Amino acid sequence: MPPSKLLSLSEAVQRFVPDGSAVALGLSLETAIPFAFGHEVIRQNKRNLTLIGPISDILFDQLIGAGCAEKVRAAWVGNVITGIGYNYQRAAESRSITVEHHSNFTISLALKAAAMGVTFLPSLTALGSDILNENPSITTMSCPFTGKRLSAVAAIRPDVAVVQVQRSDTSGNAHVWGCLGITREACMAAEKVLLLAEEIVSSDMIFRDPNRVLVPGFRVSAVAHVPWGAHPSPMPGYYNRDHEEFLRYKNRSKRPEDFEAWLKSDVHGVPDRDVYMRRCIGEERMQALAIRNHSIAEGVDYGY
Amino acid sequence: MAIDVPYTRSQLMVAAAAREIMDHEVIFVGMRLPLLGFLLAKSLHAPNAVGVYELGIVRDSVAPEPILTMGDLPNLYRSAWLADTFDAMCLLQQGLVSASFIGGAQVDRFGNLNTTRTFDAEGRMASLPGSGGACDLACLAQRHIIVMSHERRRFVERVDYITSPGWGEGGTWRNDVGLPRGGPSTVITTLGVLRFDPETREMLLTSIHPGVRLEDVLAQTGWDLSVSPELSETPAPSAEEIALLKRFDPKGYWTGK
Repeated sequence: MPPSKLLSLSEAVQRFVPDGSAVALGLSLETAIPFAFGHEVIRQNKRNLTLIGPISDILFDQLIGAGCAEKVRAAWVGNVITGIGYNYQRAAESRSITVEHHSNFTISLALKAAAMGVTFLPSLTALGSDILNENPSITTMSCPFTGKRLSAVAAIRPDVAVVQVQRSDTSGNAHVWGCLGITREACMAAEKVLLLAEEIVSSDMIFRDPNRVLVPGFRVSAVAHVPWGAHPSPMPGYYNRDHEEFLRYKNRSKRPEDFEAWLKSDVHGVPDRDVYMRRCIGEERMQALAIRNHSIAEGVDYGY
Repeated sequence: MAIDVPYTRSQLMVAAAAREIMDHEVIFVGMRLPLLGFLLAKSLHAPNAVGVYELGIVRDSVAPEPILTMGDLPNLYRSAWLADTFDAMCLLQQGLVSASFIGGAQVDRFGNLNTTRTFDAEGRMASLPGSGGACDLACLAQRHIIVMSHERRRFVERVDYITSPGWGEGGTWRNDVGLPRGGPSTVITTLGVLRFDPETREMLLTSIHPGVRLEDVLAQTGWDLSVSPELSETPAPSAEEIALLKRFDPKGYWTGK
């Protein structure tokens, strides 16, 4: 048995997210966003982080509002169903954060390049855009074979990628399913990978279905057991999206004083995810969010 | 037989968007009105259209329940392919996506879109959420369709930031900067439908929504807008289209206003 990498979320954040880290998160776009991780980062008052992601839903906005971030390298920062992320907007307009604008494809390419161990990847996207004109990590080049114009996207190697997964063993062999966005690229690109798991299961259960494994366990630095860690975003197989919470957040972040009140009640006011779910969300809503229409796939035969 | 049914401006826009989708096309589906437009087309005249979503979903069927975001679990349920954003973007980069739909805070006469930042007359910056996948769609789809509110502050002579390239400065600009294909084909607004002159690539008003006057459209456009000699009226949504939209958006979250 390889040694256990199981840590509490609080220990994992303490150990793997020092101030100034470049953190990739929210990698499945609208699903499986590691909110519990972000809230723990806020509770531990981490500073000067660089946030890396594709479409980031409100977690980036929360981390920015709490003063944890100094830089954002992302394609979109806001609230997916209501639009503007107010903390992001305030911070970008007052220039208290630096923003490096990407598209979903350029951020994918940047992470894929790092995952491949090369310094950049060519593409056809962003040509003619101000994203290309303005972002110092995207430029143009001539194809060495055809001479045609290409965009070139520099690799991004995060210090740590953080992923909420369905189930993992204690060594970081984890199963994920659903649409993964740029999760795989980010995990392969990052120096360290931190997993938050809905369930901790046996290694035997994981290895019986190796196609579903995110990255090899040796690529993972720590695993924390955090049920409901992605709430209010959805977790395939576990719970649906809590739309109301996203709508409520709009009003709770519009003015800085409302956001401070939200931070106090929903983040600093609770010690961990378990208490957050019981106190801020409640049993009734948790039941309403649970999966009702199950759709279990047939097993597959990996035998020899 | 035409039956008059009450409808909202948003429902009319979604119906117009749906008509831009042809059967068997591969459509890159975004959020909000375009998502509903795809579902409408899929249910009516384009049953074999396939939807690609930037999370890495390919869907060949309508989700079993209304969804508010593409990542809602009913949108994953019995999809045709669950993969990665990179895979979805590779389909796009290969030229396999027929059409995509995007919106913006600002659009200019050549269909360039801005969702990054704007400046007011005093030079104050307003920061917006950014590209998401919109830049990629505008660069790489065979054509893209713009859906947005028609207001003078949004329809500007020149966008403050090109998040999603349209026809650039017109003429052969797209080819000159290296874009392999595509360009905006249609702009569906709260007031009318606009297309692009095949030579100059400048926006051209081709239809006006029922009850809208030409002078309203001109007043809400920040440049001297060209009007098609064959200017027509946008067809109102049918009773069947309205009924379907009520199913896909039962609370009127996107189409109520």
